[in-house]
Amino acid sequence: MADVALHPNRVPATKATRRRNGLHNALRRKSTVAFLMTLPLILLVAAFVIYPALYSLHLATLNKSMTKFIGLGNFEFLFKRDTFWLVVKQSCIFAISAVIFKALIGFIVAHFVHNVPANKQRRWRGMLLVPWVIPPAMSTLAWLWLFDPSYSAFNYTLSFFGIGPIPWTGDANWARFSVILVNVWYGAPFFMIMYLAALKSVPEQLYEAAAIDGANWWQRIWYVTLPMMRNIIAITTLFSLIVTFANFDIVRILTAGGPLDHTHIFATWAFRVGIEGSDIPLGASVSLFMVPILAVAAIFILRDISKRGNEA
Amino acid sequence: MSRKKLSRREFVAATALSSAALVTAPYIRGAYAAGTLSIGFWDHWVPGANKASTELVNEWAAKEKVEVTIDYIPSQGNKNLLTIAAEAQAKSGHDILQMPTWWPHAHAELLEPVNDIMDQLVKQNGKVNGTVNYLGQANGKWLGVPASVGSQIKGPCSRIDLMKKHAGIDVQEMYPAGSPPKDENWTLDTFLKAAEACHKAGVPFGIGLGETSDNVDTAGAIFQSYGAELVDAKGNLTVKTDAVRQSLEFYKKLIAFLPPDVSAWDDASNNKWLVSGKGAMIMNPPSAWAVAKRDAPQIAEQCWTHGFPAGPKGRFAPYLPFFWNIWAFSKNKAAAKSLLVHLSQPASVEKMVVASGGYDLPAYENLTKLKVWEEEGPPKGTLFSYPDPYHRQTLSIAASPAPPKVAQQIYAQATLTKMCLRFAQGEAMEKTLAWAEGECEGFMRS
Repeated sequence: MADVALHPNRVPATKATRRRNGLHNALRRKSTVAFLMTLPLILLVAAFVIYPALYSLHLATLNKSMTKFIGLGNFEFLFKRDTFWLVVKQSCIFAISAVIFKALIGFIVAHFVHNVPANKQRRWRGMLLVPWVIPPAMSTLAWLWLFDPSYSAFNYTLSFFGIGPIPWTGDANWARFSVILVNVWYGAPFFMIMYLAALKSVPEQLYEAAAIDGANWWQRIWYVTLPMMRNIIAITTLFSLIVTFANFDIVRILTAGGPLDHTHIFATWAFRVGIEGSDIPLGASVSLFMVPILAVAAIFILRDISKRGNEA
Repeated sequence: MSRKKLSRREFVAATALSSAALVTAPYIRGAYAAGTLSIGFWDHWVPGANKASTELVNEWAAKEKVEVTIDYIPSQGNKNLLTIAAEAQAKSGHDILQMPTWWPHAHAELLEPVNDIMDQLVKQNGKVNGTVNYLGQANGKWLGVPASVGSQIKGPCSRIDLMKKHAGIDVQEMYPAGSPPKDENWTLDTFLKAAEACHKAGVPFGIGLGETSDNVDTAGAIFQSYGAELVDAKGNLTVKTDAVRQSLEFYKKLIAFLPPDVSAWDDASNNKWLVSGKGAMIMNPPSAWAVAKRDAPQIAEQCWTHGFPAGPKGRFAPYLPFFWNIWAFSKNKAAAKSLLVHLSQPASVEKMVVASGGYDLPAYENLTKLKVWEEEGPPKGTLFSYPDPYHRQTLSIAASPAPPKVAQQIYAQATLTKMCLRFAQGEAMEKTLAWAEGECEGFMRS
């Protein structure tokens, strides 16, 4: 017996009905619902990230008066400028050293907090997160006061010990030290909280097994903690590297790139050239130069993570 | 139901009657019959100064039946520069936007020419100074109307007591209030000797060598006093000249008498230096004195603003004008021009200058002797010489007379102060010049 019901009087489904059913089916699919729910975010990202990125790519291909397409002419010009290479060097010094110190301090402090009794941990976590939750433009203004060329509070304090005055923002090396110090102060709590979360997820049994095997403190960190935290360390480092490379406010407020351009990084120099110097295409080219550097770092770090994921 | 038909005769009569009524009826002008106008003004430092601008605009708007909106845009954090860049990119925004120094030239192609009203204003208020001509015009086209609001001279503001005591200079006698200055001996040599004496006495001059405007402006005036240009008016490189070498030699001597941290100074540092009572002189408009009047009145009572020292090629003072500009994409250019004429009337200018406590400087020759500068104090007459009432100085801007788009780069990158610092820190003269030449070559790109 055929299991198809015959409806001799039924009119064949029209095109419109078929379309309506198709839409109905599409709406019932999980992927469609997921897409619709993420659509607002996708639109926001498109409007505020993708469009500006493409627009800056377009700007970077124009001449100074923005009337002519010059291809890679702006990059060619930049490659011949000494100041540009100084900025590249400084951006690398700034970002790499700041990320290393942030990671190191974050790791050490996370261990301290991890070992604090559970009932007191929340208080410590809150206090240690303070630098990270204050808007950096505001906290850097406080640092500016501490480093002020003429009325530095640090120098005032140091003078009681017969030290100084130290030209915190007036000497190239001290100025570099100062901007890195403020960046480390601001960013270390982020590493601390990420590492603390990772530490809490390391199974206690591994430490017990290591202790039975006679592992000392250092061996426990090297053979248990670090391998278990590798992915989070890699992701945090990548994220911080991107943010630190793109930093603007700390350097802009503290030194504005001086003295003698010795603290300029990509974003501050791009602002100087593009906005203050009214050369928007060159400014866009300077800021875009971060992309290949960060892309290379991202590829290496993410490849390493996915390799480990596959091994697991 | 019957419908009444309109006959041809009745239709003609009705039309004629309505037309006659429309023609003879009195014209009733709506509240905003002349449209709308949006304005972006610079947000003044001086409390209450914006109020004078608002009142003048409202007064004009009521008379002309225009609906106006005013945004006061601060220069802190370069918000005004960002607004200019954003509106230029979007080709949309305010009808009138106030722009500082170099920005009208940077956006010359996007600005409405205002030659028609400038001719009229120059006839009425007198000639404008050379810097306004240089920054306000491109190929004979006036790019904006010089705004008194925000325009300033960054001349010396000296401590009367300290200069008399340590350098033996009576600045009040040299620049008396109400009569012409006796400034023949006020030269760069005298200035250097005074700097040395004050340094020895522990109250050095507070002249910055950082990368911000105040620092660059002083260097610009001193370079021009020696006739030093990095790029000439035709766009030729003129870095390796004796005039530039002399300027660097002068600065090297001067830096030895300045506070050790001047390389890190920004635009606030010199103000703080004066208010703290640590220094005998700074180069600034009267804002520093105004702050001292509020925070350290005993110091303000000893302040005297006066002219720049003269160099071998003349007496130059840094002048930074603002302009009121009309975007070419403005939808109400006629109203915008009418408002700018209103704001440039002598009475309007005086009102704005008074509201700013004498900080604002009109660019027109006939408007440099307003009563406010005679009367401001203490000490009375402290601002008398601020607007250069006897035209003893050439008002100039650093990096001029290079073509403005090149000069803007020299100015923004602080090439002059960087050269001074490099040389003073021990770099060989020719190496410093070669570095500056390389920089300027880069600034020439079009």
